[in-house]
Amino acid sequence: MKKDFMIYAVVLALTLLFYFVIPKPIIFSTAVSYIIIVLIAVVLLFILIRTIQGKVYERRIVFLFVGIAVVLPFFMSLQQKIELSPEVKALYDAVMELKPGSKVLVSLDYDPPSAPELQPMAESFFELCFKRDLKVIIMGLWPQGPQQAELAIQKISKSPDIQALNLQYGRDYVNLGFQTGNEFVIQRMGGSFKSMFQTDYYGTPYDSLELVKNISNFSNIDFSFNLSAGYPGTIEWVQIGVDRFGVKLGAGNTAVQAPQVYPYIRSGQLVGLLGGLNGAAEFEKVTGVLGKGTKFMVSQSFAHVIVIAFIIIGNAAYFLGERKGRK
Amino acid sequence: MEVFGTWLAAFFTLGIISFLYKDNPWYKLSEAVFVGISAGYWFVVSYWDNLYGKLYVGISVNHDYMLLVGAILGIMMILRLIPSIGWISRWPLAFIVGAIAGLYLMNYFSSNVMAQVQSSIMPFFSSTYGDSIFSTSFGTIVANIVVVVGTFTGLVYFYFSKEHVGAFGGAAKVGIWVIMITFGASFGYTVMSRMSLLIGRMDFIFGDWLGMIQ
Amino acid sequence: MRREIPMIITAVVGFVFLIQYFIPHYPFSQLNNWFSDWFSIIGACAIWLGALNLMKISFDKVYRKGRDWGYSIVIIVSFILIVVIGFTGGESFRDFGTKFDWLYQWIYTPLSATMFALLAFFVASASYRAFRARNLEATLLLIAAFFVMIGRVPVGDAIAGIIHLPEVIYPSKVASWIMNYINGAGQRAIMIGIALGIVSTSLRIILGIERAHLGGE
Repeated sequence: MKKDFMIYAVVLALTLLFYFVIPKPIIFSTAVSYIIIVLIAVVLLFILIRTIQGKVYERRIVFLFVGIAVVLPFFMSLQQKIELSPEVKALYDAVMELKPGSKVLVSLDYDPPSAPELQPMAESFFELCFKRDLKVIIMGLWPQGPQQAELAIQKISKSPDIQALNLQYGRDYVNLGFQTGNEFVIQRMGGSFKSMFQTDYYGTPYDSLELVKNISNFSNIDFSFNLSAGYPGTIEWVQIGVDRFGVKLGAGNTAVQAPQVYPYIRSGQLVGLLGGLNGAAEFEKVTGVLGKGTKFMVSQSFAHVIVIAFIIIGNAAYFLGERKGRK
Repeated sequence: MEVFGTWLAAFFTLGIISFLYKDNPWYKLSEAVFVGISAGYWFVVSYWDNLYGKLYVGISVNHDYMLLVGAILGIMMILRLIPSIGWISRWPLAFIVGAIAGLYLMNYFSSNVMAQVQSSIMPFFSSTYGDSIFSTSFGTIVANIVVVVGTFTGLVYFYFSKEHVGAFGGAAKVGIWVIMITFGASFGYTVMSRMSLLIGRMDFIFGDWLGMIQ
Repeated sequence: MRREIPMIITAVVGFVFLIQYFIPHYPFSQLNNWFSDWFSIIGACAIWLGALNLMKISFDKVYRKGRDWGYSIVIIVSFILIVVIGFTGGESFRDFGTKFDWLYQWIYTPLSATMFALLAFFVASASYRAFRARNLEATLLLIAAFFVMIGRVPVGDAIAGIIHLPEVIYPSKVASWIMNYINGAGQRAIMIGIALGIVSTSLRIILGIERAHLGGE
């Protein structure tokens, strides 16, 4: 108990130190960044040698390295070249083929915990649509989805390029809000959008909104984009929206879900896919709208290298230790 | 209030992360708050979106009295809390199971079986039917063979009504290799996803709260 | 009758949703609309059931002074706080700037996100302690995971460039190939298998052959 309170006191002291004393922001120069990388590599090599010699490191050491790998890149000045994958390019090309004035339905089916991966996708997609004069209709099958859309539009509205477009709610974009019912919502939208959304997110009647008053169902929509973190999400949109109502669909998924939807790309049920944070970064690169997706990729790189390093260390110890045992 | 909110969020974030050191009262407090708040959040959201927004407004404004059947089934569901009459919740449960069974039967058959099988039937040595043999690149030929053979052998592996011996066993073996590579790819993406979530939280701690990031 | 009536309900509802796929017009469209509304209402009541059950268990623990009963008080207080604020907020309870939105933004979201973020540490620790290339299958899994992890981040191609690998076998290209073709094939096989299982189970449920959901007795 006494030890716990001492630890809490140390944490509080460090917090107050970081908050009030240390000058901010902290930026490491490129040279310092590379020195830190070399130091981490040397320590990992030391851990490899000691593990082969038989020492077993407890999991808190692994936790510490993961924490360092994620946090330190925030302060480093490193640039990375991001390559475009075919499924991201396919989605971008599909949007670029749309004529100005085309109606794009965007369904945001995620909540704030998934925002680090999906929010950058939402921001760059909206910005691309507005710059191409595509009319955006927003909805959500998750309660927090339309709120996330509002946050994304608020953020991109601060950019001078978007301000110059003089976007008008009701004419250039509409937020229909959230509707409960999961895949039943998609099914009933196939008959009539108005049956599911009598009013928009702000309570304005459907027929009063210039953009949607003449949209009866999916047949009036030129393209759909779904951002999904689970159920209901892309799979339901493919099963009902695409296969039943012929919707042309692109998707952005969290990295956990992305591998499961690759068969839909191969079969043509999905025109393109943004998978995880790297998908977000690639889409930011191709649209020219750099944001948090690109910013976080350095941390992502470090974290992946650390996980791979520990897998190699564990396996090296296993094989070399086994060989020693046999001798 | 935003400054107080940021500190409160940081307090709970660090409380959850403290579990990595060991289970402790700070973590237990944060976990208890999480359980209470998330149960309450969905309690409130389901009330306003469904019970009020759909049921009450549907009956009082739109005069859709068939919604009363839904209300009765919903009350039957809640009666599960009383052990002596909890059996009545089987009716709404039967409704839910029947609805899901009916909906999923056609959806999954259409999208996940028919469409997938159709796109697996493709020529190996050309891009489309009608093109001459070897009219496409070597990479596309290899990819077509991998997709068709991989799908077929993967399905063979999951067929347990026949013993995996001989040629059938050989195909099942190739199938398990394909599935292992699939699982490896899924693992890689899972690592990516979890790291992204952690990066988001650390961005909050060091950026929004401590202001240390540019 | 305790099992017969639920069986009839399952069959009727299942058939309606099945038939409306082929006859999406009246009367099946009307039945579909009614049933989907009832589904949402029952779903909301199921959430209420779960929350009220949690309160029942927590109150019971406090009453009996069970282990860590103090945290049950925290659960109860947190629940009541957000419920009272949510109910008194009216229809616009979750608009920006409301008390409910404040609780959601500064308590629910950070807690929920951090719970998921913890998994990052455990996945790394599990990889170090348990991920071993003991046989061919495990080795294939490891190699695929390696290429996908290193290929989906820019550092993979940066390292490949430094050691002058041909561009055709850059980690990003290999990862993309694995995801699109081998992963696509494997996921497709799993998808078809699961879908066939769902089809047969759904048919069994609608026809009353499968009765596990009706409970004992």
